[in-house]
Amino acid sequence: MQTPTLKRVVVTGLGVVAPNARNTVEFTESLRGMRSGLRHLPVLQELGFACQVGGIPQDVAAIAEKLFSEDLRFSMNEAITYAAMASLEAFADAGLKPLPADADEPMYDTGAIIGTGIGGLDTFSEKVYPGVASKRIKRLGSSVVEQIMGSGAAARVGGLLGLGNQVYSNSSACNTGTEAIALGVQRIQAGLATRMLCGGTEGSDPHIWAGFDSMRVLNRGHNDRPEAASRPLSASAGGFIPGSGAGILVVEELESALARGATIYAEILGTAINSGGMRAGGSMTAPSPKSVQRCIRQALMAASLNPDAIDYINGHLTATMADPLEVKNWSEALERGPGRFPLINSTKSMIGHALGGAGAIESVATLLQMKHGFVHGSRNCEDFHPDIAAFAAHVPQQTRNVPISIAAKASFGFGDVNSCIIFQTWGA
Amino acid sequence: MEQSEIYSNVVRIISKHAKNEEALKTLNTETHIINDLQVNSARLVDIVLDFEDTFNLEISDDDADRISTIGDAVKLVKDLMH
Repeated sequence: MQTPTLKRVVVTGLGVVAPNARNTVEFTESLRGMRSGLRHLPVLQELGFACQVGGIPQDVAAIAEKLFSEDLRFSMNEAITYAAMASLEAFADAGLKPLPADADEPMYDTGAIIGTGIGGLDTFSEKVYPGVASKRIKRLGSSVVEQIMGSGAAARVGGLLGLGNQVYSNSSACNTGTEAIALGVQRIQAGLATRMLCGGTEGSDPHIWAGFDSMRVLNRGHNDRPEAASRPLSASAGGFIPGSGAGILVVEELESALARGATIYAEILGTAINSGGMRAGGSMTAPSPKSVQRCIRQALMAASLNPDAIDYINGHLTATMADPLEVKNWSEALERGPGRFPLINSTKSMIGHALGGAGAIESVATLLQMKHGFVHGSRNCEDFHPDIAAFAAHVPQQTRNVPISIAAKASFGFGDVNSCIIFQTWGA
Repeated sequence: MEQSEIYSNVVRIISKHAKNEEALKTLNTETHIINDLQVNSARLVDIVLDFEDTFNLEISDDDADRISTIGDAVKLVKDLMH
């Protein structure tokens, strides 16, 4: 619960790399225009995936070449590259500059929490496994460890910018990106940092996605219509579409942001992180409704907010059978039935599910919608799920220009883990 | 392979990892790979692997440890090729 001793925290910078955008300007346009970044991927067909649709950021190599030296590119896999690109954008957006390479000391007041759900399996499959299997250990070289270590993305970003506070990577499956932001906020609230770059990232290597395909949780029914394949909230939702990319927020102590005249997107009024412990309906793969609702309520309590104040929800909404349950959980937690429910949409309907990057990319989507005053249409739910038909009017199928004052974002992950963030538009 | 060709390949391989771009402009055989070019010392492993691939030879750990300057690298490659 929020107490007067906690520092106030605001968002001062955003960065994103997503299947339908390489930066926040493109992402705003794509969200508003409901542009899908999902494509049929021949490599998945060749490998025998049942789901052959995925979301991969387009044409990023040329940008990475401009941003990063050959030595840096040599030591960054896909997920790290996305995190680095989004971090540079977010840092610049916040009006901050990376420290020069010859600086005497790092920025001790600034840190990073950037997680992945799965991690650098591209590095593992391309370098580690072939090298070890062929007993040519020496051939692995010096760049493997920094790419497969769990903290690879945060470490690279910390070095690019010169960060001297905590530099760390969390991992909580599909909850990772939202959890990273909540962790960074809590660190600033506690007075342990002035600002943190927070978010998540994930690559698109088929080795990352294969296990999900085997679990039959990916949609295998729309390989011929990739833009229609991610169908959150629909009766025909047949599983999620794997995505990739990174989202990064610069979260900062309010006083610091005001003192340096930073542009403020929103205040983060409250956060919550919990787990269902795989009890009361929860399991490794299914969220416990009780704990999801508790997480949302805890975030509201931390924000000292009446649930009626929420006017927009960016859902987790992956296009599995859990979507109707999620809507009911929100309704229960907010004590708002179909007649008084806030607007809700699924950014995954355009970009698929970027796993450890998802919550962060979707938080960026939330903040861009708040800034520009719209709620993007949720694609592919024309055949709305009958179990939650009463809520259909609250899911825009076309983009609506409406101001958002207070938004809620939540993510849920394997392991029965949850997190929730409440944003309030600055000056609202 | 001519000495000049060895030199240019050695420079190309090492330059990929150089952080001091100014020092790249005044390269010579005396240029120190770590001190002058500011190559991360961990990357010497990758540079040696690149030498092995480019010049089709094998470099022992002891030989690799003796490389400090561009000239050291060129001499080692030349010796191993003949």
